[in-house]
Amino acid sequence: MEDEQSFSDISGGRLSLQRRYYTQSCREFCLNCPRLSLRSLTAVTCTVWLVAYGLFALCENSMILSSAIFITLIGLLGYLHFVKIDQETLLIIDSLGIQMTSSYASGKESTTFIEMGKVKDIVINEAIYMSAKPRLDCLIEVYRSCQEVLANQKATSTRS
Amino acid sequence: MVLKAFFPTCCASADSGLLVGRWVPEQGFAVVLAVVHFPFIPLQVRELLARVQRASQVGLAVLGTWCHRRREPEESLGRFLEGLGALFTHKPWLQLSREPDSRRWNCKVSSPGAPCGEDQVMLIFYDQRQVLLAQLHPPATLPDRRAGDATATAAEGGLAAVFHTVARSEALFQSDRFDEGPVRLTHWQSEGVEASILVELAKWASGPVCLLLSSLLSLLSWLSTWRLCRLCPLAFLCSKLCTCQQLRLRLQHLQLVFSTQKAEDPAQLMRKANTLVSVLLDVALGLALLSWLHREDRIGQLADALVPVADRVAEELQQLLEWLMGAPAGLKMNRALDQVLGRFFLYHIHLWISYIHLMSPFVERILWHVGLSACLGLTVALSLLSDILALLTFHIYCFYVYGARLYCLKVCGLSSLWRLFRGKKWNVLRQRVDSCSYDLDQLFIGTLLFTILLFLLPTTALYYLVFTLLRLLVVAVQGLIHLLVDLVNSLPLYSLGLRLCRPYRLAAGVKFRVLERESDGPLRLLMQINPLPYSHVVHNFRLPSCGCHPRQSWSSLCRKLFFGELIYPWRQRGDKQD
Repeated sequence: MEDEQSFSDISGGRLSLQRRYYTQSCREFCLNCPRLSLRSLTAVTCTVWLVAYGLFALCENSMILSSAIFITLIGLLGYLHFVKIDQETLLIIDSLGIQMTSSYASGKESTTFIEMGKVKDIVINEAIYMSAKPRLDCLIEVYRSCQEVLANQKATSTRS
Repeated sequence: MVLKAFFPTCCASADSGLLVGRWVPEQGFAVVLAVVHFPFIPLQVRELLARVQRASQVGLAVLGTWCHRRREPEESLGRFLEGLGALFTHKPWLQLSREPDSRRWNCKVSSPGAPCGEDQVMLIFYDQRQVLLAQLHPPATLPDRRAGDATATAAEGGLAAVFHTVARSEALFQSDRFDEGPVRLTHWQSEGVEASILVELAKWASGPVCLLLSSLLSLLSWLSTWRLCRLCPLAFLCSKLCTCQQLRLRLQHLQLVFSTQKAEDPAQLMRKANTLVSVLLDVALGLALLSWLHREDRIGQLADALVPVADRVAEELQQLLEWLMGAPAGLKMNRALDQVLGRFFLYHIHLWISYIHLMSPFVERILWHVGLSACLGLTVALSLLSDILALLTFHIYCFYVYGARLYCLKVCGLSSLWRLFRGKKWNVLRQRVDSCSYDLDQLFIGTLLFTILLFLLPTTALYYLVFTLLRLLVVAVQGLIHLLVDLVNSLPLYSLGLRLCRPYRLAAGVKFRVLERESDGPLRLLMQINPLPYSHVVHNFRLPSCGCHPRQSWSSLCRKLFFGELIYPWRQRGDKQD
């Protein structure tokens, strides 16, 4: 069953948290980040090109213009591939482990899986750990659900 | 504990049969390796499992039944499968089934004591071929094949046990469906065992080739040690030249690649492969350089340009010395000392120019033969370039040494006379400064000498500064060349190529994806290999280079420069440190 709630991150942007409850022992939390806004993209591109045109007016060298275009393209690709996070997911599977996935705007996904044997407890570290930078209320929700699953797992392991 | 059943994706469309694999009780893992089809004789199945267990040291058993109803549901099949549970006793007993044209999977576990419920089983699909070929980094501590028994392997952590089970059970995957064996299996190779003619031919040919080449290489290395030990000055020269170091390193690499011993573990195999690819790339780049040099008589052009360039450098140095002998940057030098030092260095430059002019008829021949050495590899050519640069700027090195020694003497004299000026002296026995009473004439002469040295200090310091800067410039250029050589030597290209083309071979871990779930079916996950990031690949598989880096920190370098001690930037690891 699915559940969606909206929160805000530390810089005021809108985040949406989706909770999926597969079974009692498997849950997934999906944090969707605000998309790249056209306004900021246009602003940055215009600034860079104005500066380049100013330099061209000074130096009369057309290499400056082509290098400005090149830099803009490479910078945008680099930003989309390495910096801009689209979605962050936390999948917690009882007695297997915890998996954190970050998917970037260019489609790249980076995944970390931690086995349950190595997890002692889940704590709320500073918000800067999760690259989407959610606020405390969102983190508390996730924390509470994770602790439920962990407590359930501890109970079943002591029973069996 | 929830039971986790690892099921290979290749068996998802197989006919009904028995599930064969390994049960890990500590984690609750049931790793299914293959499906045994009807008809079979239970005794032969048990024999096959025992044979595979002996070969792989992994405890295999019949874990349960698999039911894939292709046509109308057959009631008799269901009862037959349940009857098998009594034949092959295994706790817990797994019963997997799949509806023919839908995605409905059913999973039942019966174990003694615990109630059997749907929520107690998790189905995890894995790609058998990828898990077999993957190497986990960092690897879990795997027991080696010699220590052998099945109970020892159960002590590993977590998912590494799954990888270990699949990797060790190769004996189970040797037969495909075209074999006429007594037992019919479905696994990843059941459509036909994977093999390649080229690989088999290479394996067959590599034996004698390796033997021949390794004997040749050992002869070569024996020859080199014999000659070098006999002729002392040659040994000294060879330890200073970069080319000899590089050739020795390449010889070691070739010996490693063509050694007749098989690689013991995957790390050594990767090392051999990386070294071979590095050597091949080196030779290819060297041959490209060679063809470029010999086209359009570039060597002749280079030789024609070399002598005028050396002349030009010498002229510039002469002008610099004339400038220093005058009033450099408005500073007033001590005339006499200035003239002495200036004439001394000018005479050296004159000698150097005569030497270059003497060598000029032979330069083209020498360069042509040096250019041929590029076929041994680009790194050898670059090391030769670095050595030629060092030889051509030998006079700068000499000037630096003279200037540094003079400055060092001056600083030592000044510091001890300064102590005399204050009425103290250095106690060698106690390694500290003690007060001392001097006679009047000692004080008089000491103070006089101190004043002389102090007022001559600017002149010497200026000469020292100028020549040290020139020397540092040459050292910086040599450093760049060495960096390039190091890059070609130590970059693990085979590992990088493997990470690019077959990312599942170098695994940093696993990742799970939840597959769509039917309302009352079990939880189904897909396990995939999470490949190692490129930075980790380079860090883990870097080849050791010859270590021609400056071994000292910046602060000790500055201290040495201030006190006039000589700096040797290319101390090798084997030599004693400063």
